[in-house]
Amino acid sequence: MPGVALPALALLIALPLVIQAIGQPFYTVLASRILIFALAASSLNLLIGFGGMVSFGHAAFFGTGAYTVAILMFHGVDSAWIAWPAAVIVSALAATAIGAISLHTRGVYFIMITLAFAQMIYYVFVSLKMYGGDDGLSLPGRSALGLGLDLKSDMVFYYVVLALVAMTMVLLGRLVNARFGRVLQGIRENESRAAAVGVPVYRYQLVCFAIGGAMAGLAGALAVNQSGLASPNLLYWTQSGMLMIMVILGGVGFLYGGVLGATVLLLLEEVLSDYTIHWQLGEGVVLLAIVLYAPNGLLSIIRRKAPADA
Amino acid sequence: MDWILLTEQTLNGLQFGLMLFLLAAGLTLVFGIMDMINLAHGSLYMVGAYLAATLAVTTGSFVIALLGAAAGTAIFGALLEVSLLRTLYQKDHLTQVLATFALILIINEGTRMIWGPQALMLNIPDALSGPVELFAGLNYPAYRLLIIAVGVAVALGLYLLVTRTRVGMLVRAGASNREMALAMGVNVKRLFTAVFAVGAALSAVAGALLGPLLAVQVGMGESILILAFVVIVIGGIGSIRGALVGSLLVGFVDTVGRTLLPMGLRTVLPPAVASNLGPALASILIYVLMASVLFWRPQGLFPARG
Repeated sequence: MPGVALPALALLIALPLVIQAIGQPFYTVLASRILIFALAASSLNLLIGFGGMVSFGHAAFFGTGAYTVAILMFHGVDSAWIAWPAAVIVSALAATAIGAISLHTRGVYFIMITLAFAQMIYYVFVSLKMYGGDDGLSLPGRSALGLGLDLKSDMVFYYVVLALVAMTMVLLGRLVNARFGRVLQGIRENESRAAAVGVPVYRYQLVCFAIGGAMAGLAGALAVNQSGLASPNLLYWTQSGMLMIMVILGGVGFLYGGVLGATVLLLLEEVLSDYTIHWQLGEGVVLLAIVLYAPNGLLSIIRRKAPADA
Repeated sequence: MDWILLTEQTLNGLQFGLMLFLLAAGLTLVFGIMDMINLAHGSLYMVGAYLAATLAVTTGSFVIALLGAAAGTAIFGALLEVSLLRTLYQKDHLTQVLATFALILIINEGTRMIWGPQALMLNIPDALSGPVELFAGLNYPAYRLLIIAVGVAVALGLYLLVTRTRVGMLVRAGASNREMALAMGVNVKRLFTAVFAVGAALSAVAGALLGPLLAVQVGMGESILILAFVVIVIGGIGSIRGALVGSLLVGFVDTVGRTLLPMGLRTVLPPAVASNLGPALASILIYVLMASVLFWRPQGLFPARG
């Protein structure tokens, strides 16, 4: 939806100035957080919505990216130019390995086997006492970007995140509408037919799974920079569940479904928790209402699902 | 590594496995028969534990608390099924995940509003608080023995119900071929509600029995829910026999791994490393088990659909 994306981007660029004008710098932090989760949810949406692979272990790649940055910094490597690509590569490799095994299963079994692998990685990090174990690994600071940009400033950090997320979303939009993405959606619609016309289904899905993992790794690298703590909780199954909720909420298979879902969910938490300590009740009721009235996600209300959109 | 410890850990594994079975039985039937992923199953377990803790304080009787919790949760489960979950059966799995996740949030917060944020204490009944000498040198907590006894009794009862009665036949028919059962005129609406209520009652029994051993607190359902899912996937979705075997397997691997693995590791590693590596390895082992089963036997060990 190019008609909405550009104005939205302009709005996001202007946002910190508005926030500064009203004197609530905290909202810049919140906005960065939303963008980071929008990226993570979009990477899962690539798997679920376009690849037809319902992964319940996506937090594994998010957390792996976060830990890659944290561990490198622990050993004194704090350059973003090394750590962030490293996070992307390590997460992509992890996704390739896990995908290579998991993609032999289908349906509910795929959901459960990806969950199993994510939980394994979770317990691996819990057992790594050297890197904080249960308590996680605190970072002494944010990655060093150079170029005269100091990431310690929340506003600079926000713009860096925004640039990365916007670029990734543009690439993602091109990817899903390129030959690769079309084939992938063909596989999602009818796997045996795709195989029958000679598409190497397994290879396509594995590449897609790896790309999704890489994107999640980038989101993890950004998330750990923002929060300053790489904790095993980043890989726990509830985190995978949260990403999945964001995707379903926004709209599975819509390019901006993950973005919208992350935004709505995190804003909902923020707003409700301002009003009452029982905000989870409100969040549950809202989610339930959305499921019952818009079972295909929020974006499905606005537009009918058209495979050739964006 | 002496055999007394081994027996003790075997009993612990059996006890944990049986409790997992009570949870997994309902989950696997709901999943197998109604093709429904119910993340809120853990919430029923939590509701059961809270009801038991409250009833134990007000009536002073553990037996009444246990039965009351089972009955109360069964009613709660049935109401939930009739009012909401019924509409989800026809929806796809992702929708069910989101809806039941929303339910978890609502039930958790509702529990917190009714009972407050503090964990409740559910005491072991006085008569069972001491140890029992099983044989010379092995003292085993009486309460844990009771859990095993109740677990075995319920498992046996459920097995007979499912394999030997008419209702059980309908349940099995539903699990192995839903459409065919429908076509043969099974009153599925009533059957579904009944299955759901029984599943809720079973998880409440597990919650009430485990309450004194673990803390009764909000969130207790989520940590055990995933293990229950692991169990039913290992066993084969929809299969009671599979759920039993899967529960015992996971129970043993978890318990034995937690105690024996660190001991074994201590012989090759420094004690500090061994004692914190052990529990993590045990947990990893469970998921390795599940991933292997899924890889080589994706339908589980005892597939219900044949």
